[in-house]
Amino acid sequence: MDFDLNEEQRLLKESIDGLLTDSYDFEQRKKYMKEKGGWSKAVWLKLAEQGLLGLPFSEADGGFGGGGVETMIVMEALGKALVLEPYLATVVIGGGFLRHAGSDAQKAAYIPGIIDGSKTLAFAQLEKNSRYDLFDVSTTAKKKGDGWVIDGEKFVVLNGENADTLVVTARTKGDRRDSSGIGVFLVPANAKGVTKKSYPTQDGLHAADITFTGVEVGSDAVIGNPEDSLALIERVVDEARVALCAEAVGLMDESLKTTVEYIKTRKQFGVAIGSFQSLQHRASDMFVAAEQARSMSMFATMANDFENAKERSNAIAAAKVQIGKSLKFVGQQAIQLHGGIGMTMEAKIGHYFKRLTMIENSFGDTDYHQRRVADAGGLI
Amino acid sequence: MDLAFTKEEQAFREEVRQFFRDNVPPDTRRKMVEGRHLSKDEMVNWWRILNKKGWGVSHWPKQYGGTGWTSVQHYIFNEELQSYPAPQPLAFGVSMVGPVIYTFGNEEQKKKYLPRIANVDDWWCQGFSEPGSGSDLASLKTKAERRGDKWIINGQKTWTTLAQHADMIFCLCRTDNNAKKQMGISFIVFSMKSKGVTVRPIQTIDGGHEVNEVFFDDVEVPIENLIGEENKGWDYAKFLLGNERTGIARVGVSKERLRRIRDLAGKVEAGGKPIIQDAAFREKLAACEIELKALELTQLRVVADEGKHGKGKPNPASSVLKIKGSEIQQTTTELLMEVIGPFAAPYDVHGDDGSNEAMDWTAQIAPSYFNNRKVSIYGGSNEIQRNIIAKAVLGL
Repeated sequence: MDFDLNEEQRLLKESIDGLLTDSYDFEQRKKYMKEKGGWSKAVWLKLAEQGLLGLPFSEADGGFGGGGVETMIVMEALGKALVLEPYLATVVIGGGFLRHAGSDAQKAAYIPGIIDGSKTLAFAQLEKNSRYDLFDVSTTAKKKGDGWVIDGEKFVVLNGENADTLVVTARTKGDRRDSSGIGVFLVPANAKGVTKKSYPTQDGLHAADITFTGVEVGSDAVIGNPEDSLALIERVVDEARVALCAEAVGLMDESLKTTVEYIKTRKQFGVAIGSFQSLQHRASDMFVAAEQARSMSMFATMANDFENAKERSNAIAAAKVQIGKSLKFVGQQAIQLHGGIGMTMEAKIGHYFKRLTMIENSFGDTDYHQRRVADAGGLI
Repeated sequence: MDLAFTKEEQAFREEVRQFFRDNVPPDTRRKMVEGRHLSKDEMVNWWRILNKKGWGVSHWPKQYGGTGWTSVQHYIFNEELQSYPAPQPLAFGVSMVGPVIYTFGNEEQKKKYLPRIANVDDWWCQGFSEPGSGSDLASLKTKAERRGDKWIINGQKTWTTLAQHADMIFCLCRTDNNAKKQMGISFIVFSMKSKGVTVRPIQTIDGGHEVNEVFFDDVEVPIENLIGEENKGWDYAKFLLGNERTGIARVGVSKERLRRIRDLAGKVEAGGKPIIQDAAFREKLAACEIELKALELTQLRVVADEGKHGKGKPNPASSVLKIKGSEIQQTTTELLMEVIGPFAAPYDVHGDDGSNEAMDWTAQIAPSYFNNRKVSIYGGSNEIQRNIIAKAVLGL
């Protein structure tokens, strides 16, 4: 049993922390937000240069063969710096589908572009009424000749505005909430019949609602089994949840650090407000919440390699519950301890709070996952 | 980073588990499961079985009878012991005064006391808290004055756990009134049978008798019963309290209780079906299990860290263990109260003769709930723990 990073992992952490310290302070972030699509292509290429975009891909595919711990390190660092660039959508999720189920031809077609930073992806999964159920799919893919015709609407597709390729879940068979009959398709963002409505999200990212109207793709667009890919989707979304847990830990670390610094310097009644016990105890509770979250983020990272899919999902659901509870407490109390200044757009703490809040509502919230764990018979 | 236990560690867990199955007296286990108090004989009997096996003082250095286990092995042993469940070794002897004696005591003291602690020939109790000195322990007033070759001790201790069984006490006494309050304290051990020692029981809200007041009235103690240096007692007390950083989370205890809740919730009916089938209850139970899993991982982080980097520098995460560990223990007793519902009310009408298995398990649930309010108060209240985090970790 070992919770320490090995030498290579330590170097990875130093390298990404160093890169973000140099190029991602709060003022620089504001500039990146104003660039086309809401993030910085230059930063993205720097991540590519350091090999971070190729991290989880196998060496045969041109990557570095990194595992869950490496992704955890990167996501924590991205959280700490409140990074806008689409690492989750492109490398973790899009890349995840290719790693787990891409054909050799698909890997060859997409992975090099991800690794060199020239191409980004987006995951078009959420539907109007699907909420957090991954099997709830109304978008259809109907066979036409060798290929498929896709019709339907997807919502809040992160990086949907910029992505070159959309990874789309669609039903090839059965009814809306059937667990079988779901396929995953690679759709060029500029395909005929794809229309996008883009907007910034509450946490400063960008997303799009995307309509597919008779979008035709070839047989080579299918990842995995077109009629039975729910397990694949669950696998990749579990990895996304694990990545979000790590990102949240980074966000909480920085929120706590910023808050403690603030109450050490902010003076009222002639003294630093951090000298008041009620505030000290609140900050201590934030520390406890953040540490419990870190433990479960590590647990989720390691659970990702569990062979039994049920155990894996249960463990990751449990982690998402702990992260959800911790992030709500840490985020809300960070604002409270900042007082009025925490309510303003100028202070960075509010932006951390907003990103944390959106993570709670991504890929299943606390209640959703708590119910999953309960229904699976608990965790003891 | 690797969560898995090695093959050797897994085999060790099996060995420990099998030993408990073969050696913990069934009645002792039953009483533990039901949250009942054990008699002195029952406890001592079990500890001697442990000691005979060589596991009575497992974490002591080998030359004093310890096992030389890794920190992970200690973790496994504790978890299995707590979740079997079987009584943990008497903390006051094994975890508290023992390490102080082998670290700061002289050779004679080591020879005299250590083997007797290991075999519970002496039952030790802790003389720290006083009526006016709880969280502010360093303000303690019990006085030890030097008179010839004796200490003369006067004062009062309180919350002295199981002092009614005790043969020996380790006691923080003020030996210098003029020094800064932490600097004038000495660590003195003496017999509870000494003339002038009076033990008065305190009944707690669960109806039990665990804690006592202890009065010292001109108690004469041989001068050689001072451990370490005069006026250095505060350092030894801090050492003692910092020694058991990971056991305090009591993850195994909570695990065992959660298994029991799940089991009972499958039997007790609510709305015409087992309460475990109630979604709201199930989610509450899951929530507690998730919190416990997080705590277990935090504990493992501390254990792994100690194994690698030694016990010198406390892992910042270790301060989480007391707060969360106590909160979770309390939540488990709340969940038991919820399972039992209206049958929480009757007093222990059946006694403890094991004659009515269907109902016996209900009797101790409310007392156990009441009793467990203590866990966020003792060992440095959770508010003190928050002070520690604020100062030592956050630098506030």
